[in-house]
Amino acid sequence: MSEHLIHHKTYNFPDQSGHFGPFGGIFVGETLMPALEALNRQYDHLKNDPAFWAEFDYDLAHYVGRPSPLYFAERLTKLGGGARIFLKREDLNHTGAHKINNTIGQALLARAMGKTRIIAETGAGQHGVATATIAARMGLECHVFMGVDDIQRQSANVFRMKMLGANVVGVTSGSRTLKDAMNEALRDWATNVDNTYYIIGTVAGPHPYPMLVRDFQSVIGREVKQQSMKQLGRLPDSLVACVGGGSNAIGLFYPFIDDKEVRMIGVEAGGLGLETGKHAAPLSAGHPGVLHGNRTYLMNDADGQILETHSVSAGLDYPGVGPEHSWLKDLHRAEYTAVTDEEALAAFRTLTRSEGIIPALESSHAVAHALKLAPTLPHDHIMVVNLSGRGDKDLHTVAAIDNIKL
Amino acid sequence: MSRITNCFTELKRHGKKALIPYLTAGDPNVATTLGLMHALVANGADLIELGFPFSDPSADGPVIQRAIERSLAKKTTLRSVLEIVRLFRTTNQQTPVVLMGYLNPVECMGYQNFADAAVAAGVDGVLLVDMPPEEGHDLQPIMRNAGLETIYLVAPTSSLSRIDAICKQSSGYVYYVSLKGVTGASHLDVESVATNLARLRQHTALPLGVGFGIRDADSAAQIAKIADAVVVGSALINRIAELDDRDDYTLAQLERQTSLIADMRKAMDQ
Repeated sequence: MSEHLIHHKTYNFPDQSGHFGPFGGIFVGETLMPALEALNRQYDHLKNDPAFWAEFDYDLAHYVGRPSPLYFAERLTKLGGGARIFLKREDLNHTGAHKINNTIGQALLARAMGKTRIIAETGAGQHGVATATIAARMGLECHVFMGVDDIQRQSANVFRMKMLGANVVGVTSGSRTLKDAMNEALRDWATNVDNTYYIIGTVAGPHPYPMLVRDFQSVIGREVKQQSMKQLGRLPDSLVACVGGGSNAIGLFYPFIDDKEVRMIGVEAGGLGLETGKHAAPLSAGHPGVLHGNRTYLMNDADGQILETHSVSAGLDYPGVGPEHSWLKDLHRAEYTAVTDEEALAAFRTLTRSEGIIPALESSHAVAHALKLAPTLPHDHIMVVNLSGRGDKDLHTVAAIDNIKL
Repeated sequence: MSRITNCFTELKRHGKKALIPYLTAGDPNVATTLGLMHALVANGADLIELGFPFSDPSADGPVIQRAIERSLAKKTTLRSVLEIVRLFRTTNQQTPVVLMGYLNPVECMGYQNFADAAVAAGVDGVLLVDMPPEEGHDLQPIMRNAGLETIYLVAPTSSLSRIDAICKQSSGYVYYVSLKGVTGASHLDVESVATNLARLRQHTALPLGVGFGIRDADSAAQIAKIADAVVVGSALINRIAELDDRDDYTLAQLERQTSLIADMRKAMDQ
């Protein structure tokens, strides 16, 4: 059994039909059902093939630059005044975020399935860039769906994708953001299902996506476990990660699920505040429902219509969340909370000034909560914060908030 | 006998095929939708698929997406769609109505509440495009017990084992999606539809409807030769999209606006 597939004693999800308790599953039109079955079969086969994981590991080491360091943030820890804060440096990966871990795994799947055309959805553009990157490297045709509002907000990433040879398709339907880009990608997939592989960027979507994206991202938590043992002689006491769809958080949490003494905390985008309704925090303030192929906590109105979300961070601006997070919440194995735009921006500045690390606005949410929590914890408490991405892409957003024109 | 089964039995007795228009409820508003339902029947529709809106219609093409956006802009809800059906039934007891849409509004209302309210309003069947039979184990028995038919989609990509499982869960009719893609696509291939329908016939005695890509009298007539029912959506929605947000259209005006259905009826009956 490959070390890539973690078998927990007390937790074995999803089940055969792709469910995490009441969550997950496959809720798509019939045209896509056979494609998902084929993907499931292919992954089932490849995950037991050591050569597949050997290639995955090789690419992560030589192309992405893994393992990413587990870094002791000494000055940040002093500012917190309590727990020792360590940063898992996913921001140092090639393309600047954890997203590449998943696109490498899925591109290998696409190749094994003989698909020549790759599609992806993107919000902030990080997953789009990671997909365009891997498509360029493997010589595959690539189309990235992106809401026209996000295209405006994230013009630098749009340019990067185009440089990499991807076709960026503007989506004008609905709220013209990430959720609508995902709808459009599903439509494209149904139309071009014979030659197309859809690389979903997070642990959401229909089964088997939440499972396979988790397995690819679990490299984060596996490394943290090893690094923590080696550097500190024991496991961390708590793990903190931001949650939009939740792929970086699952990647960190999943290998620790059986280690009950390790606290796991997911931080959602509280936007202007949960009480204002202008946020993107379905686990903190939503209800279970069905969207984009799975049952999970969602932000919807009393009639079941999906609500528009708000977050300063485009990567967290999504009304749903991966179904496994919904299950971990209901199992009380992980805790979920939210921080506001303002708190995330403050953490963005604090980390930049104290450590010389400019975090992505998404990751800044995790840092913000860590800074709230640290002072309440003893000095020997080891807290690992997933620094899921770097903030270069957000400089325009932060400058605009400061009324600075770049 | 249910209204849907009765409808197909009667048509068969007369050697005719069913014409099933789809329209998005609440586009341009609920009053006009009610008028349109009567106009469609007057133009020769045998059964009506009434779409209830969902904010994220990921299996629909741009024409129906826009219709749904117009409907949601008018604050149409699943409950207001059921009210349209109730009003329709006050003067039409005969034409079956199938509600079509996505699962989340139904989840939100609660399965039992939905089934009870749908039956009370006079709904005959339900087609949820993003709920494959595998996920229907909770909802399916509730709908059946309430007396609602459960209609599922079969696609060109469906394997034989899937077709078998889908047909076992289906009642009323089976909806064959004529092409790979979303609603309103344009690459209808009648020959391959015929081949797939023949395959499907070996798995079910239910009537077979065909939809996606049927846009005019000619394609409706071609499909009527090989299927039991012809479903038309986007082509009709394009005509409805020309209407203003008014609630004083006369039946005659709405009949003229949906004359496409009369043309299809004529072509199918020839």
